[in-house]
Amino acid sequence: MVGASHAGVQVAASLRQEGWDGEVVVIGDEAALPYHRPPLSKAYLLGRSSREELAIRKTEFYAKQEIRLVRATVNRIDREAGCVVTSEGETLAYDGLALCTGGRARRLSLPGSDLPGIHYLRVFADVEAIRESAVPGRHAVIIGGGYIGLETAASLRALGLEVTVLEAAERVLERVTAPEVSAFYERVHREAGVVIRSRALVESLVGDLRVREAILAGGERIPADLVIVGVGLVPSVELAVDAGLEVEDGIVIDDHARTSDARIVAAGDCASHRMARYDRVVRLESVPSAAEQAKTAAATLCGRERPIASLPWFWSDQYDLKLQIAGLNTGYDEVVINGDPASDRDFSCYYLQRGRLIAADCVNRPRDFVWAKQALGKGLEVDREQLDVLVAT
Amino acid sequence: MSVVTFISHDGEKHEVPLEDGESLMQIGVSNMVPGIDGDCGGEAACGTCHVIVDDSWIDAVGRSTSVEEEMLAMNPEREPTSRLSCQMRMSEDCDGLVVRLPEFQM
Ligand SMILES: Cc1cc2nc3c(=O)[nH]c(=O)nc-3n(C[C@H](O)[C@H](O)[C@H](O)COP(=O)(O)OP(=O)(O)OC[C@H]3O[C@@H](n4cnc5c(N)ncnc54)[C@H](O)[C@@H]3O)c2cc1C
Ligand code: FES
Repeated sequence: MVGASHAGVQVAASLRQEGWDGEVVVIGDEAALPYHRPPLSKAYLLGRSSREELAIRKTEFYAKQEIRLVRATVNRIDREAGCVVTSEGETLAYDGLALCTGGRARRLSLPGSDLPGIHYLRVFADVEAIRESAVPGRHAVIIGGGYIGLETAASLRALGLEVTVLEAAERVLERVTAPEVSAFYERVHREAGVVIRSRALVESLVGDLRVREAILAGGERIPADLVIVGVGLVPSVELAVDAGLEVEDGIVIDDHARTSDARIVAAGDCASHRMARYDRVVRLESVPSAAEQAKTAAATLCGRERPIASLPWFWSDQYDLKLQIAGLNTGYDEVVINGDPASDRDFSCYYLQRGRLIAADCVNRPRDFVWAKQALGKGLEVDREQLDVLVAT
Repeated sequence: MSVVTFISHDGEKHEVPLEDGESLMQIGVSNMVPGIDGDCGGEAACGTCHVIVDDSWIDAVGRSTSVEEEMLAMNPEREPTSRLSCQMRMSEDCDGLVVRLPEFQM
């Protein structure tokens, strides 16, 4: 496995579960034992959990399962020789290779974007640096109103900072949710004292020894003692590109997690899955899909069929709000809302395409989520009428 | 050594060591018990750690909390003693605990 995080560790564990009796080597370039990433913007930022508590598996697990963790960067794949070459100069031969390289935070390139005090949020060290400067009363500016940006806003607010979220689009979460859901999150953040600015294009960051202000197009200056940038992920596909594998945004995989080389599988944030359900390649960034693809990848390496089947799903925690999403809403043409997002703290937003349910965003409504996930997962056709009945009861 | 036993849907028994202070989900996952996924890492957000507690144990470990109930209510394999194992903290008192696994996790 190249990459030691959610996907890489799951491939390794599943290989053992599938009965792989050869060596299992997981190569990762982070120093820490592989850890859960979602809490980084939540419990870990709040100081409510330690590095140890976030470990995906304990040290003993790797020893007991004879999974070797190697700390190194893989620099090259030699497909003909069937080996990878690491930064430590080690050459490791493989019978099967799993690319689980995930991705890295997209960097800003603006005047001043390399000033001290500007943070990203992808690894332990990022959060530790943020925590160090997260002193109550200071001004934090978050660039990007996506899930990570909004989760970070909620956490920093809880830590007593003044928080401004700058979103370039019309509304937060624009790419991923319906306007009603965006409006809901804008409302709850405002009620918590977060300033949300949409259509706010950052032109530059200025400061002296460290960042002091964000300057918007139009000249407005927003005070900033620290800046957190959450503008998306760049999938780590360089190894695959260099090795000549098919890449389309991510490393292209089929239903068996196979890349264009039958001996190489891929899983997680770095992979673009050609999904029959959506009739296109989809690159998902979520723990459940990393786990699902990884299980399939392991089965494939063991010569067994276990197609990637499950429905994409996702969760995000902000304040007391647990958002659970079932399915992808891409291409929706109608929404049905159950509850009142304008005044309550729980509701569900069902997405329909040509009269059929395709996805649901459920806020503090686990029952709705479980129902939608089951219905969509089983491929049940739910139409507008059935949904209205459900919503009415 | 204290142990807990997971019985998979097809009747296979997995007896694994009990770690004091860990959740039952973590114990299942660390010992690679098939049928326990724990995708959300214990946030009660995914429902992939569903177990059905043996009747003789339910009073000792307690029934599902309201958080779990929300996730379990719509689960077709739900039984009266269903729990989310990530919400069950294990202690030495649980030595000998027996839980069954559903056919499918969510
Ligand atoms: C702040 C934050 C909050 C999130 N919240 C949620 C959430 O609430 N719910 C959810 O489902 N998902 C969430 N996610 C997304 C989730 O964390 C990712 O989908 C998941 O981490 C993907 O796992 P992965 O193994 O594919 O990739 P990654 O986690 O990116 O891991 C890839 C690993 O490979 C290493 N690597 C890369 N290239 C090489 C190389 N050449 N050699 C050696 N090692 C290499 C990297 O250093 C990294 O450690 C969140 C992510 C972040 C950052
Ligand atoms: S691990 Fe996700 S609900 Fe228990």
